[in-house]
Amino acid sequence: MTIAVNPSQAGEPVFYLADEHPHPEGYSTSLGFWIYLMSDCLIFAMLFATFGVLGANYAAGPAPKDLFELPLVAVNTSMLLLSSITYGFAMLTMQQNKIAQTQMWLAITGLFGLAFIGIELSEFAHMIHEGATPQRSAFLSAFFTLVGTHGLHVSCGLIWLVTLMVQVWKFGLIEANRRRLMCLSMFWHFLDVVWIGVFTFVYLLGVLR
Amino acid sequence: MNTDIHAAHADDHHHGGSHAHGTFSTYMLGFVLSVVLTAIPFWLVMSGALPSKQITALVIMAFAVVQIVVHMIYFLHMNTTSENGWSMMALIFTIVMVVIALSGSLWVMNHLNSNMMPIHQMSGMK
Repeated sequence: MTIAVNPSQAGEPVFYLADEHPHPEGYSTSLGFWIYLMSDCLIFAMLFATFGVLGANYAAGPAPKDLFELPLVAVNTSMLLLSSITYGFAMLTMQQNKIAQTQMWLAITGLFGLAFIGIELSEFAHMIHEGATPQRSAFLSAFFTLVGTHGLHVSCGLIWLVTLMVQVWKFGLIEANRRRLMCLSMFWHFLDVVWIGVFTFVYLLGVLR
Repeated sequence: MNTDIHAAHADDHHHGGSHAHGTFSTYMLGFVLSVVLTAIPFWLVMSGALPSKQITALVIMAFAVVQIVVHMIYFLHMNTTSENGWSMMALIFTIVMVVIALSGSLWVMNHLNSNMMPIHQMSGMK
């Protein structure tokens, strides 16, 4: 009944569903969002490849060893890692329909994210103040593009987070908001995965070089 | 009856296809593993515990790969059945593309670098 009888000629195989069956709203959102994340992953892969190719071209300028402070990077990494687990707690309390607790964990996640962006911006400002601007060398151009793109993603995630907190505050944990929170959850954890690549390949391997 | 089948079908899709959820213990396990897998590479580089830089580099890259897998499983709840396997297919496709692009770029550009004589050496010809 669902796959209708071939409308044209009997005996020929049908390779499509004759009637489109309805899906509930947001049925394909998580798969669609996942595919967006995968395409985002390709953007980061290109930036990583660029950094990998140009990462040693200092143009007689400062090298990673002169610029990076690993303790600061470790603090920054822990900020992002902590924000990941607090977002996980927000998702768990969301499943239990606890609005106030969900909002609290979302707010804590936002604060950790804000701390991450703050530390990163102060690091950038410090580097630029010392003359290590993106124009200085191919290494620095690649560095600022890669790490800056990640930072921009986190900033967008923060804006999205605040938007969703307002949504939850106004409409509660309705189905649409749950779906949105789940998308942001995937986005946020995905950025943490990208950051693993950044601190390993840019900072740790850079200092090691 | 037709609508019944559709509703049941759609409902089945919704439950079978929706993203898997974690529990408190899986999130905590993922977090603890991530902290350990982050702390060890930082310690290795900052203390210089391993004798050779090549070995340290290989070890921290291995830690990064393991940590990415940990995040995928415990935070992103990846498995082979969510979305009827399509999210795993998309992930595998992306990994193949990323590996080709990264290894290809590094390999080709490295060969290009080593086959080109730098200008300052060319003028001196020492």
